[in-house]
Amino acid sequence: MEQTTPKSEFLAGLRDTIPMIVGAIPFGIIFGIAAITAGLSPAATQGMSLFVFAGSAQFIAAGLIAEGIPPGIIILTTFIVNLRHALYGASLAPYLKHLPQKWLVPFGFLLTDETYAVTIRRYQERGVGPHGHWYYLASVLFMYTNWQICTLIGIVTGRSLQGAANWGLDFAMVATFIGITVPLIVNRPMLVCTLVAGVTAVLANGLPNKLGLMLAALLGIGAGVLAESFRLGGQPEVATVEGDA
Amino acid sequence: MSDALLLLGMMLVTFGVRYPTLAIIGRLDLPDPFFRALRFVPPAVLTAIIAPAMLMPAGPLDISHTNAYLVAGIASVGVAWWRKNLLLTILVGMAVFLLWRVAVGG
Repeated sequence: MEQTTPKSEFLAGLRDTIPMIVGAIPFGIIFGIAAITAGLSPAATQGMSLFVFAGSAQFIAAGLIAEGIPPGIIILTTFIVNLRHALYGASLAPYLKHLPQKWLVPFGFLLTDETYAVTIRRYQERGVGPHGHWYYLASVLFMYTNWQICTLIGIVTGRSLQGAANWGLDFAMVATFIGITVPLIVNRPMLVCTLVAGVTAVLANGLPNKLGLMLAALLGIGAGVLAESFRLGGQPEVATVEGDA
Repeated sequence: MSDALLLLGMMLVTFGVRYPTLAIIGRLDLPDPFFRALRFVPPAVLTAIIAPAMLMPAGPLDISHTNAYLVAGIASVGVAWWRKNLLLTILVGMAVFLLWRVAVGG
């Protein structure tokens, strides 16, 4: 393995996050437009991007504000929409356990789908190494800066960029996630996991607050674990749980 | 004022979901099956995001040749499977997506 430095890891993190940036640009602009249209002030709109920094939750919050839903319900909804991040955190934690709180607190605050996807791929393929946290840092700072600028563009330009959602730039994220996921399917348990997660996500897409995504992820993980335990001939600790089937 | 409280609440619950598992799980002495299960998190979550984005980009299920997300998604899966190269997958996927939209107008 080649020698890494903080700088080389940082640059790799920026490079690998570029397609995520392309995909996020229209969403940031549209969020700015949607929040203003919903009646949120420009300061509160930018503030939500600065202090909450959670794309899907911000979109849903803008929709709820427009409907006049009380803040307590909006906060609860935000919590539910963001539940998937607990899975991301658990998945990344083994690679970041050596880091002090001054890294982990901002890393937690700035965690998104996009940074999770590129970072976990990097860590699984090459390990975290002595400087791997600089890769994560680059990815989150890039995403954060881009989100602030795009929100501002949305606030300032208003409806003149309304059509940005139809540019199709969001497909960059889909293509990237496909490019990350497909090479992970190296055995039958991984295949079972993705099939169960994908079918469940489509069937449960009508559930509110991204609960369908959460349900699909959990069922996919469960199916993968189960398939693996069958393949290994039934691990004792798994067999006692699943035993009576 | 109530905007500030809303933002504070949203910030706290979001951080409250993101931070604890990230900071704590690496330090706990959890059983091995737990970490085996974690290996399924990336394919499960990413597929759960990809599948509806490809099959129902506008909301309802859309399995037709006018759905550029589906056509370009299938092309991306093919390239990813064949070459296992992330950058190539993104470039081919975007190219197919944009060309398909121009050609079919989906």
